[in-house]
Amino acid sequence: MRDSMIGASPHRVGGVDRVTGAQKYVADIQLEDVLHIKLVTLDVARARIRAIDTAKASQAAEVVAVITPDDLPSPMPRFGPQFADRPILAVGETKFHGEPVAAVVAETPEAAARAAKLVNVDFEPLEGGVFSVSDALNNASPLVQDPGLRPGDPLAESNVFREHQYGWGHIDDSTADLIVDNRYSFPMITQFAIEPHAFMAAPGDQGGIEVWSSVQHPFLLQKVLGGILDLPLSRVRVHAPDPGGGFGGKQNPKHEPLVALIAMRTGRPARLVLTLGETFQTVRRTSAEIRFRSGFKSDGTLVFQDVESDFLMGAYVDIADRVVGKSNYLAAGPYRVPNVRIVARGLLSHTTPSTAMRGFGIPQLSWARESNIDQAARELGVDRVQMRLINLPERGEEFIPGETPADGEWAEAVEKAAQLIDWGSSLPEGGGRGFAVGLKSGPTTGLSYSTVRLLADGSAVVYAGTSDMGQGARTIFAQLVAEELGVEFDQVSVVMGDTSRVPYDQQTSASRSSVLMGNAIYRACGEIRSKLRTLVSKQTGLEPSLVLVEQGQVRLPDREVPIREALPEALGRLGGEIIGNGEMRVEGDPEHPLGGKAVFFELHVAACDVKVDDETGAIDILRYVTVGDVGRSMNPRQVAGQDEGAAIMGLGHTLMERMILDESGRILNMGAVDYRILTSMDVPIEMISESIENADGPGPFGIKGVSEGGLLATSAAVGSAVTDATDLLVRDLPITPERIWRARRDQA
Amino acid sequence: MISLQLEVNGRSRTVEVPPGSFLLEVLRDTLELTGPKECCLEGECGACTVIIDGVSINSCLVLAAEVVGAEITTIEGLSPNGLSALQVAFLDHAAAQCGYCIPGQLMAARAFLDAHSSPTRAEVREALAGNLCRCAGYEQITDAVLDAAGAQ
Repeated sequence: MRDSMIGASPHRVGGVDRVTGAQKYVADIQLEDVLHIKLVTLDVARARIRAIDTAKASQAAEVVAVITPDDLPSPMPRFGPQFADRPILAVGETKFHGEPVAAVVAETPEAAARAAKLVNVDFEPLEGGVFSVSDALNNASPLVQDPGLRPGDPLAESNVFREHQYGWGHIDDSTADLIVDNRYSFPMITQFAIEPHAFMAAPGDQGGIEVWSSVQHPFLLQKVLGGILDLPLSRVRVHAPDPGGGFGGKQNPKHEPLVALIAMRTGRPARLVLTLGETFQTVRRTSAEIRFRSGFKSDGTLVFQDVESDFLMGAYVDIADRVVGKSNYLAAGPYRVPNVRIVARGLLSHTTPSTAMRGFGIPQLSWARESNIDQAARELGVDRVQMRLINLPERGEEFIPGETPADGEWAEAVEKAAQLIDWGSSLPEGGGRGFAVGLKSGPTTGLSYSTVRLLADGSAVVYAGTSDMGQGARTIFAQLVAEELGVEFDQVSVVMGDTSRVPYDQQTSASRSSVLMGNAIYRACGEIRSKLRTLVSKQTGLEPSLVLVEQGQVRLPDREVPIREALPEALGRLGGEIIGNGEMRVEGDPEHPLGGKAVFFELHVAACDVKVDDETGAIDILRYVTVGDVGRSMNPRQVAGQDEGAAIMGLGHTLMERMILDESGRILNMGAVDYRILTSMDVPIEMISESIENADGPGPFGIKGVSEGGLLATSAAVGSAVTDATDLLVRDLPITPERIWRARRDQA
Repeated sequence: MISLQLEVNGRSRTVEVPPGSFLLEVLRDTLELTGPKECCLEGECGACTVIIDGVSINSCLVLAAEVVGAEITTIEGLSPNGLSALQVAFLDHAAAQCGYCIPGQLMAARAFLDAHSSPTRAEVREALAGNLCRCAGYEQITDAVLDAAGAQ
């Protein structure tokens, strides 16, 4: 028998093209006769646009068109995954630094860039603006959004987009031996995919449109474009080549409607590739200020948690309100807390619209909660690991009323991380050790279809609407098909990234694909096995009950042959193939505050040792441990890559990343020189990642999703270690050397 | 427009480009070698790294006219006949995730290994510090480069 593919780590599907430079990302695809687009922006956040004079730009060499709102449908089409508020170009007023007001279309990128500077925008910078949480909550601040966009909404006359309230028990009647009450802040950061967003469009067959985008959700884009262009979905073809990193920032449509309208208008292919700086004006993570008040018994048992969160969403909602609602629902974390009150506000602001980013709001809340618990443990003299263990629910315990119960042996993950960091052992001079736990819910609804074709020679093709942006979905899907149908791993082809070739998938987000698309593929393989069984039964004359097709084998009463060898006879004289379809549907529950219960949880534990420089405040991560409850590690090498990569990304917002705005809302540090992410020199000296595997997930073979867990608890673990090393309480991220130096000075 | 003769991946290529063209633009747009990637265009991210006369260079910062006569190697020319041990090591360690930075990582690693036959882990990390990876496969990339160093 062949070795199982479950738990194997074959070479990544698509790996060879990635190491030879053959992999084509959107910007690498050359369309014949393509036009180049440059966005026209203003170097202010808020401005009233009086007029746009395009005369000079239009007459410049090689310019084909200058597009202003007057050239677009009226009223201006607006779109968004949650709320249709984002215009294709700014209407009358810019609401954030870099919001496009016009677009130049030219024969070369250079001509487009030159002419963009010749577009004469007559504008008046507007006084004031909403650039912070306090601005947003100040009634004297200007309104970011036209109240007319929110008819009937009692909050429409404020910058609070929505207030989410959750809770249970009775906070006000609870008595605690210790109350820890603090405010925590989380910076404005950006996804910083190394591939800047790229978009192309071309007139398609029969009056349709073809679009190429680095988007994570091609089917959502197809729907948005069908609506704006008034085309049937069958005439909107979205090509979504594997993104060069997404991290949430490429989930939702951005400039595709503009590019598509330009292609329709000019009758030629058009292309817009953002600069890295422009991506800072396109996507970011919600920044947050969180007041976290918790009550404890003297032994460390949690009595209550009282959470008030303000998340700064930006000028348009995108998916940020969902980020606020979904993450705050889990604000109390993976603990048994009898009394909880959560009030979470999503705030509009004159800043880059925030969107999904790995962790979907949970890193912000974990930072606050785990730091709060950490402080309580110190004040109570309770061991920090023990503190978590006594409050963790057992498997099956409904730790949030009405929600999916705890779905893993979570204590096992906590104990494993403590063991790996050698909790209790001594540290070098100036060193500190930290520990934290994070919990995120996976998807709450979902719909994935897959088709699998088992070809006559025993090879297979799998079709899936997932986007492989580095998480390795192609590899996981190939492993599944190889396992289920006995196909050689390298003889499985995985087709993705084209809405005219693959069936519908709702989205690639929330670490869902191995579980949801995985189940759809598993079921498609099941249909193939069942058809094969029927064929073999007919061909042999045996009762169907005497034919088994499992683990890649056809088992008959007297013999057993690999599927591949049984196929020719089973398929008969004409050959052909066996086609299976699979569907995975999670309907959700309209009564649930999130529209559905968690399909699974991602529980992750982080522990680390740090050393803080006495004079400079610089932090070195000596050792970093990450342990995830993954159900089953389908591909341990890829799981480690996800966990360690996520942890290092988390170290970015923990130690160095933040977008800096001036007093008028301009971003001061757009680009790689002034906005630092971790390099190979900044990573922990030693990294250890392990998984807890109890095959208790809802995916095939008991897997759960894994791709976000690694950064959920990172900040709080580092903060805990810094406090351990320095006795300084840290409440604001990033924990820069300057902040440590200042805190030390203030303490002295 | 100026006419330049460039030596790219062992072939002599004549290109007609505007005088201020950067090497990266010429490679990608004129020669259709899209392995070198565009990201920051200011010499910070390393996605556009190529090897010029044995040295790894950000091709977004070099004028094409400056490298006439120099030997230019892009990822496409790294190992034209099958995968090199370095590329295989990247696959073995799952060092390529989204893959966008990988051509640059490989070229930086190649130039480094050509000059340092038995590097330490710290030396590899330092050598690749100019190549950003947001998937943050730094551990896997470092392991792969060390493996390849051991094999050569």
